[in-house]
Amino acid sequence: MILSYAIWTPIVFGLIILFYGSERSTAGVRWLTLIGAVLSFIATLPLLINFDIANSGMQFVEKVSWIPRYDINYHLGIDGISVWFIVLTAFINVIVVIAAWEVIQTKVSQYMASFMILSGLMIGVFCALDALLFYVFFEATLIPMYIIIGVWGGHNRIYAAFKFFLYTLLGSLLTLIAMLYLYNVTNTFDILAWQNARLDIVEQILLFAAFFMAFAVKVPMWPLHTWLPDVHVEAPTGGSVVLAAIMLKLGAYGFLRFSLPIAPDASQYLGPFVIFLSLVAVIYVGAVALVQKDMKKLVAYSSVAHMGFVTLGFFLFSPLGIEGGIVQMISHGFVAGAMFLSIGVLYDRMHTRQIADYGGVVHRMPAFTAFAVLMAMANCGLPATSGFVGEFMVILAAVDYDFVIGILAATALILGAAYSLWMVKRVFFGTVNNAHVEELKDLNGREYFLMAVLSICVIGMGVYPKPFTDIIHPAVINLLQHVAVSKL
Amino acid sequence: MNITLAHYLVLGAILFATSVIGIFLNRKNVIVLLMAIELMLLSVNMNFVAFSHYLGDMAGQVFVFFILTVAAAEAAIGLAILVVLFRKVDTINADDLDHLKG
Amino acid sequence: MQLTLNIPVLCAIPLAPLVGSIIAGFFGTKLGGNRIGHGASQFVTILGVTIAFVLSCNVLVQVMDGFYFNGTVYHWMQLGELNLDIGFLIDPLTATMMCVVTFVSLMVHIYTIGYMHGEEGYNRFFSYISLFTFAMLMLVMSNNLLQLFFGWEAVGVVSYLLIGFYFERQSAVFANMKAFLVNRVGDFGFILGIGILLASTGSMQYDVIFSQNSALAAQTLPGTSWNLMTVACICLFIGAMGKSAQFPLHVWLPDSMEGPTPISALIHAATMVTAGIFMVSRMSPLFELSDVALSFILVIGSITALFMGFLGIVQNDIKRVVAYSTLSQLGYMTVALGVSAYPVAIFHLMTHAFFKALLFLAAGSVILGMHHEQDMHKMGGLWKYMPITCLMMLLGNLALVGTPFFSGFYSKDSIIEAVAASHIPGSGFAYFAVMASVFVTALYSFRLYFYVFHGKARWGHEDSHAHDHHDHAEQGDDHAHHGLAPGQKPHESPFVVTLPLILLAIPSVIIGFYTISPLLFGTYFGDSIFIDLARHPVMKELEDEFHGPVAMAIHAFTSPVLLLVVLGVLTAAIGYLWAPKLPAKVAETFAPIKKLFDNKYYLDEINQAVFAKGLIWIGSFLWHRGDQKIIDGFFVNGSAHAVGRFAGVIRHLQSGYLYHYAFAMIAGLAVLLAWVLYAYLPFVR
Repeated sequence: MILSYAIWTPIVFGLIILFYGSERSTAGVRWLTLIGAVLSFIATLPLLINFDIANSGMQFVEKVSWIPRYDINYHLGIDGISVWFIVLTAFINVIVVIAAWEVIQTKVSQYMASFMILSGLMIGVFCALDALLFYVFFEATLIPMYIIIGVWGGHNRIYAAFKFFLYTLLGSLLTLIAMLYLYNVTNTFDILAWQNARLDIVEQILLFAAFFMAFAVKVPMWPLHTWLPDVHVEAPTGGSVVLAAIMLKLGAYGFLRFSLPIAPDASQYLGPFVIFLSLVAVIYVGAVALVQKDMKKLVAYSSVAHMGFVTLGFFLFSPLGIEGGIVQMISHGFVAGAMFLSIGVLYDRMHTRQIADYGGVVHRMPAFTAFAVLMAMANCGLPATSGFVGEFMVILAAVDYDFVIGILAATALILGAAYSLWMVKRVFFGTVNNAHVEELKDLNGREYFLMAVLSICVIGMGVYPKPFTDIIHPAVINLLQHVAVSKL
Repeated sequence: MNITLAHYLVLGAILFATSVIGIFLNRKNVIVLLMAIELMLLSVNMNFVAFSHYLGDMAGQVFVFFILTVAAAEAAIGLAILVVLFRKVDTINADDLDHLKG
Repeated sequence: MQLTLNIPVLCAIPLAPLVGSIIAGFFGTKLGGNRIGHGASQFVTILGVTIAFVLSCNVLVQVMDGFYFNGTVYHWMQLGELNLDIGFLIDPLTATMMCVVTFVSLMVHIYTIGYMHGEEGYNRFFSYISLFTFAMLMLVMSNNLLQLFFGWEAVGVVSYLLIGFYFERQSAVFANMKAFLVNRVGDFGFILGIGILLASTGSMQYDVIFSQNSALAAQTLPGTSWNLMTVACICLFIGAMGKSAQFPLHVWLPDSMEGPTPISALIHAATMVTAGIFMVSRMSPLFELSDVALSFILVIGSITALFMGFLGIVQNDIKRVVAYSTLSQLGYMTVALGVSAYPVAIFHLMTHAFFKALLFLAAGSVILGMHHEQDMHKMGGLWKYMPITCLMMLLGNLALVGTPFFSGFYSKDSIIEAVAASHIPGSGFAYFAVMASVFVTALYSFRLYFYVFHGKARWGHEDSHAHDHHDHAEQGDDHAHHGLAPGQKPHESPFVVTLPLILLAIPSVIIGFYTISPLLFGTYFGDSIFIDLARHPVMKELEDEFHGPVAMAIHAFTSPVLLLVVLGVLTAAIGYLWAPKLPAKVAETFAPIKKLFDNKYYLDEINQAVFAKGLIWIGSFLWHRGDQKIIDGFFVNGSAHAVGRFAGVIRHLQSGYLYHYAFAMIAGLAVLLAWVLYAYLPFVR
């Protein structure tokens, strides 16, 4: 029942807030949301505490019949691949709720409720073992996100919200077709049963392509990435944080849960193609990130480049690569979340995200600069921060796979440092650029707390990643053994 | 003269054709359009009753009652809409009502 | 059975500076609310470094008694068979480095009290240099490549922070980014080298990798015919080129002089930049497998040694002269690595650490005495005002140019001898380069010395910047262009500044004499450095010719090396002491060469134009053409527009007239009816 609690606690709280909050004071809404978010986070902790490392299969399984006619079940379960994302989702939700504390002044209860519900739905995606349940959760996450962007977003929010919705929906419709096809083959919607279904190579390639469309849009992989920068620019800070920290991971998670085990031969066959796209994402998008003038766009492009590392790692088919990819996802959750929060901190004060409008922020906000520089360093993969761990693992795996691919992947070291530090240089260092910067106030207690917590996570994971990989490792080995067996 | 089923069917067809022509030819008045639609329903009713009698199956006549009821409701709503429309745009000339033009 | 050291003591060595750094960095700055003052910050950091230094010395003594340690502190990550650990390897090589690092660091900490007195970022500075000490210790104490890379990048970051210490200066902020990015280019190679080693040996532990070196020697890079070790070693050396500022990745080091002088001494002369030299020595069992890689190292080192020395002659900024001298000396060390004389490289690393730190700190003392004036044009005749600094600078320079009996002589002469004895490809060029560099070194060192301390006083004129009072804390933002006001006199620096100079001068003078025999020809390094004497017999030949330090020094009086030194010093004396008009005339005569040197061979311009501009151009091209035009413009918005256009055509079907709709309905009905009748009722046909 722990998984159900993890999913439904935030959703129930979200609904209560939605109905309770419409007329009452906003302070009450905020506190209620915070209590709900913290409770939801606590609800996920037993998953980590009781997790059985020795067991590489599904744990905490729940199965209740939902639509028996089509063998659709409310079937939940997690393994080492998914457990960290559930905890991460609940954690980021707490961060987002605190981040919105005074910043959101309009339609507070709806805002808070959207995030609570969104968090529950995303946890649902990570737990679902029934394809239809997965699909429902996967698609349902679009609705609160669409609302968050469309209501609390920037000037061009409607365009961004539509772009986000249509882009992701188009991809996932193909997934639905693939799922219906698999149902016809197996007469069930059980993902685990699908993983063992025999499929010939043409079927596998078509299924892979259909799943790929949905997940590649979500990750996003080049060339399906152009929605992300637009959406980030328009989304409110909380929306950006959740989008970067969790939502992108839904796609990458889908690769591990669907594409690789269901179509292993196609995955091997098309692996070089995906590796090519990932490397393009790393290099091309890294270069594009360098020339961005808007901070949020820059971080958004850097997210695409980092997610390129994730998919690169997955399709190297080695424990180091896949685990590196997963670690990179978790780390990116912290780092990208913190970077978007940092931009939010600046935006709340200056109401601009243009890099050119800043300069010399360090003179007015020294504590904030310390955190921001740390996060920029983590973003470019500095050792002893979490950003290093995944990147390092994937580069090593890439060198092992093919030296040339290793060389191309390692360019991220240079490009990542170039765009991160150039932004730091222009925003934080130098002399105070204008009167607005002159008036900046340093972090308040709430912002300080958020940045400090995320910094501790980033450094902790960088210094001691063993707890993470210990949990991930058996599940990845299990996955790789599964993928190694041909289904033909 | 013996009145056969064919007579009823021919009458129904004439009524139906009249109403179709009414719809096509009338370009002025929405009320006439509504009346043509009512007439069309009546022609269908005529066929139902005729077949019902011919086949000795009462189900057809039951359907007629349903259709009459729906037709009455439809006429009521249609006229109500017309009244509102007239208040709004001061005309019921079908040629002027092209707000749905794409 | 070897005696082992215990882990808690070893852990305490790097952790003591770290704790000091965290306390000073968190509670001493606005990050933690400025809870402690300058006194407390300097106390905790100096205490931390002192602990590290004392323990390091203790370790060194124990290591000389045969103690040894190679073990894991904690598991960083475990992936099935693959263990990635944080661990220590303590052997003579490590112990030497630990003592050098902690000693120079301690000196710099003490010096900083005087040098940074009253500066705004006082606590921050102490925090940084302690953090640097921690990172550098982690680097040298590592027993695996992972931790080496950790320390490698961490020292890079602290260097980044310290070069940009005066973050309001655009030049400093530019320099630190440049330093980090150039180092990243090196790290790019380094991580590939690590990747190759991991892929071929399945481990990151030094001992595991080295134990497989005979198997590794025969392998080729998968998919190519290249020797695996050649590729791996060149990749690793690219990392060393970044960190140890070898041509062409040296461009960051001169610019790094934007940082405060103490860190120039600590990071950019004595310790961090020698990390590459240390790494290659540490990996000597691998480098010994590839003559190609060694030749590559040799040539790169020779180029750096000679051509960077030339640039030292034309610099006018006192710190930049010393910086180029550092580059040249790093080139020397690299040359020693290239001829398989690893102990000689480490020996020169050690002596260089002392005398170069001394030179930098003395230069800093001059700058302090001149009220933050760095331009040598505005100095001269300072020996009267700063006698201690002058003497220490002289001792440092004598060591640097290789005066017999001074420490620099022993290490440098050994390198030259080693190059002369070597026969690997490139050694001919290398010999020429190191010999020429001897002259060049003497020239620029004594040019600096004479120009600054002797000759006519050129300070105190109207063109130097005037300031009402010389308390630089109150002068705010512009540290770069201070100087003496007319009528003001330079003054000797306070005791906390001169004390480290004196303490550093002692080893600069004597340490070579006492350590050359055990370090180069004894059993001191033992197994920690591996040399394939059968193929690279350089060390053997050096040993045959070596008859004790005194004999070596006496022999030097008959060698061409000393002649070159004397010539260099004389040239400097002519140009900057006796005939001050001469240099300008020489510069006029060789104007094109002077211009080339002044512009540092135009390497900065080329980098800026090709790499920086090129990358930005590619980035904006991909963004505007690729993302905005093709993907977004053509595919995304293009398909949206296509739907729009299609709808625009078919919308004309919607006339808005009721009878049209009715007609469509009836026509549709008729068609449907006809089709049903035709298809399902056969009698219609």
